[in-house]
Amino acid sequence: MNLMKDRLLLIIFAAVVLAAPLIFAPTGAAYPDLLQRFAIYGIFAIGFNILFGLTGYLSFGHAAFLGVGSYSAVWMFKLLSMNIVPALLLSIVIAGAFSLLIGYVSLRRSGIYFSILTLALAQMSYNLAYSVLTPLTNGETGLQLRLDDPRVLDAAGDAGSLPSTNFFGLEMKEVFWNPTIFGYDLQFNWGYYVCAILLIASFWISIRIFRSPFGLMLRAVKTNQTRLNYTGINSRPYTLAAFVISGMFAGLAGGLLASMDPLAGAERMQWTVGGEVVLMVVLGGMGTLIGPILGAVFIKYFENIFSKINDGVLHGWFAIMPEWAENAMVLIISPFVGKGWHLTLGALFMLVVIFLPGGLVDGAKRIGRVVTGANRRAAKVGIE
Amino acid sequence: MDAILLQILNGIDKGSAYALIALGLTLIFGTLGVVNFAHGALFMIGAFVAVTVGKVLEISKITLDPEKTDFLGNPAKIKTPYITEWFGDFGFWLIEWSVLVSVIVAIPIMILIGVIMERGLIKHFYNRPHADQILVTFGLAIVLQEVIKAVYGANPIPQSAPDLLKGSVDFGVMIGMAENSVIYPLWRLVYFCFSVLIIGGVFAFLRFTTFGMVVRAGMADRETVGLLGINIDKRFTIMFGVAAAVAGLAGVMYTPINPPNYHMGMDFLVLSFVVVVVGGMGSLPGAVAAGFLLGILESFASMPLIKDAIAAVGLPSIDQIIIYLIAVIVLLVRPRGLMGKAGMMEE
Repeated sequence: MNLMKDRLLLIIFAAVVLAAPLIFAPTGAAYPDLLQRFAIYGIFAIGFNILFGLTGYLSFGHAAFLGVGSYSAVWMFKLLSMNIVPALLLSIVIAGAFSLLIGYVSLRRSGIYFSILTLALAQMSYNLAYSVLTPLTNGETGLQLRLDDPRVLDAAGDAGSLPSTNFFGLEMKEVFWNPTIFGYDLQFNWGYYVCAILLIASFWISIRIFRSPFGLMLRAVKTNQTRLNYTGINSRPYTLAAFVISGMFAGLAGGLLASMDPLAGAERMQWTVGGEVVLMVVLGGMGTLIGPILGAVFIKYFENIFSKINDGVLHGWFAIMPEWAENAMVLIISPFVGKGWHLTLGALFMLVVIFLPGGLVDGAKRIGRVVTGANRRAAKVGIE
Repeated sequence: MDAILLQILNGIDKGSAYALIALGLTLIFGTLGVVNFAHGALFMIGAFVAVTVGKVLEISKITLDPEKTDFLGNPAKIKTPYITEWFGDFGFWLIEWSVLVSVIVAIPIMILIGVIMERGLIKHFYNRPHADQILVTFGLAIVLQEVIKAVYGANPIPQSAPDLLKGSVDFGVMIGMAENSVIYPLWRLVYFCFSVLIIGGVFAFLRFTTFGMVVRAGMADRETVGLLGINIDKRFTIMFGVAAAVAGLAGVMYTPINPPNYHMGMDFLVLSFVVVVVGGMGSLPGAVAAGFLLGILESFASMPLIKDAIAAVGLPSIDQIIIYLIAVIVLLVRPRGLMGKAGMMEE
C-alpha cells in the first residue's frame, strides 16, 4: 500500500519535473537558467532535509559542501574533461569526505551547540577558500576555466574559445527543442534535463531513506536522543551517516551549479548561503518529502520575480487608482520588492516559523482539511 | 617588546567588540536559555542609531547668501544646522560629540527594542524546540538587516569621532618607552576603555544590586526563585533589554572605527558565537575573557614575525582562521569552554 503510494508519488513527481518547461511557461519562469536553479537547489534542499528534517540537527554549514562541490567540479573541467560525469562524481566524493570530517567534529555536540559549530566550521572553510587555499580556489576572483588548461581526456578542440560542459557530447547549454506551444516559446535544453533526472533520482533516494529502518532510526534521534542512547544504541553513526549523505547531496548540487556555469567562487561557501537552504526546507516543510523542493522552487521563483519588480512596474499596476493612492501603494510595497526581496523572504520565513512550523506542506494540508471538512468530521467522531 | 604591545593593542579593539556582543549573548542565553541569532542585528542597529543621531543633529536650515554665487551663478547656499541656531556653541559641541549623544540616546532605544523583542516574539518560543528559537531569531536578523538596508541603503556610512579624540596617540611614551615606538589611534583606546566600563558596569549591576542578585539566583535555579514569589520573567525581560543595550552601545561606539553597513551584524555574529563557545556557554567572565583573548590572538596571528615562523615550520598561514581553529580545538579538548560550568555543552 505504502509502496504503491510512494511509486505513484514518484511517477507524478517525475512527470511534473520532466514537463517543467511546459508547466512553468505561464508563470514566466520557463527559461533554462531558472529551471536549472529550481532543480539544483531542490537537490540541495532534499539533502539538507535528510539531516535536518529527520534528525533535527540544524546545520548552518552546508554552504561549505556546496562550495567544495563546485570547486571540485571546476577542477575536473580544468584537468580531465569537460564531460560532467567525472566532475559530478568528484564533487560528490570530495564533498562527502569533507562532510565526514566536519560532521565528525561537529556531531560531538548536539542541539544549539551543533548549530554554532557548523556555523563556525563553515565560516572557517569560507575564510580558508579566500586566503590560504588560494592556489586551489583562486581566492577572490574565483576558479575559472582557461584556454591552456590541460583537459587530458578531451580531444584538442578549436583553440580560441572555451569548450562548454557536456554529457558525452550533449552540451549543457544547447537548446535541443524550441517549439511554440499554446503561444509560449518553450526552450528544452540538455542542462535542465540532466538536473531534472538527478533531481528525480535524489527524490527517489530520499523516499527510500524516509521509508527505511535507517530513516526510522534518524527519526528516533529527533524524537528523543537520550532515550535512544539509553536503550543501548549508539546514535552517532546514524547521525554522521545522515550528515555525510546530506553533504554529498550538497556537493552534487554544487557540482551541478558548476556544470551549468563553469566557475566557482568562495561566496558560494558563505554561511548565509547555508542559511538560505535552511529557509527553503523550513518554508517548504521540514521532514516532509516534497516540502524542501517546494521551498526551493518557491524561494528561487519569487527571488527571480520579485527582484524584477521596480517602482515603474508598481506604478503600472496601480495606475487605475487615483494618483495619491497609487503613490501611497507604491511607497508601501516598494521596500518589499525589487532589491528588498530579502525583506519579504525574512518576514515570510518568520511568519512560517511562528504560525506554521510545518511549512507550506502543512499549510496545504490544513487548507485541505478545512475544504473537505475533515476537521468537523473528526470532531464529530470525537464527540460520539 | 613594542611590536608585541602593538599587536595586543591592535587586538583589543576588535576584542572589545567581541567581548561586548558575547557578553550580551551570554546574558540572554544564561537567563532565558535562548540562542539569539538576532544579536548581531542589535549591534548593527546600535551603529545605525549613531548614524541617525548624527543626521538629525545636522538637519540644516538653508539660507541663500546673496553676495556669493556658485559656479552656475546661483546664490550660494549656506547650511546652518538648526541645533546651532537654537543652542549656539552648545549646538556645535553637540554635533562634534554626536557619538556621545548617540550613546545616551541609544540606551533607552536599545532597551526598548530588546524588551519588545522578548515580549513580542521570543517569549512565545520558550516551549518550542531550540531549532525553532534559532530559526525565528535568524529570520528576525534578516528582517532587521533588510529594514536597515531599505532605509539607509547598502553603502557604508562613515562617521567621524570628535576632533579631540581623532588622530593617534603615542602609547609608548605614556608607559615610558621610546618615542614613536607604539602609535595607536586614540579612538580605539577610547573604545577599549568604554567597553571595560560597560563590562564593569554590567558585572557590578549583577553583583552588587538586589536586582542583580535575583537575576543571578534565577540563572542558577529559575524555578525555585519563581516559587519564592519573585516575578523572575519580568526581570529576565529587563535583562534581555540590558543585553540589547550592551550590543547597541558596542555598535554606537564602533562607528568611527568602521563605517556601519547593514551586514556588519552578521559579520560579527558568527565570531561572537565562537567567542561564547570558547569562553564557555553561559559564563559571563568567560565570554569577556574569550572576547579579548581571541581578538588579541587574531591580531598576533597576522603579525609578520609569527607568520614567518609558521611558514618556516611549513604550515600555511592561519591568521584568517585562527579563531575558528581555536574554537574547534576547545570544543574537542574542553567542550565546556574556558570558564564554563561542568556539564555545560558536554552533552
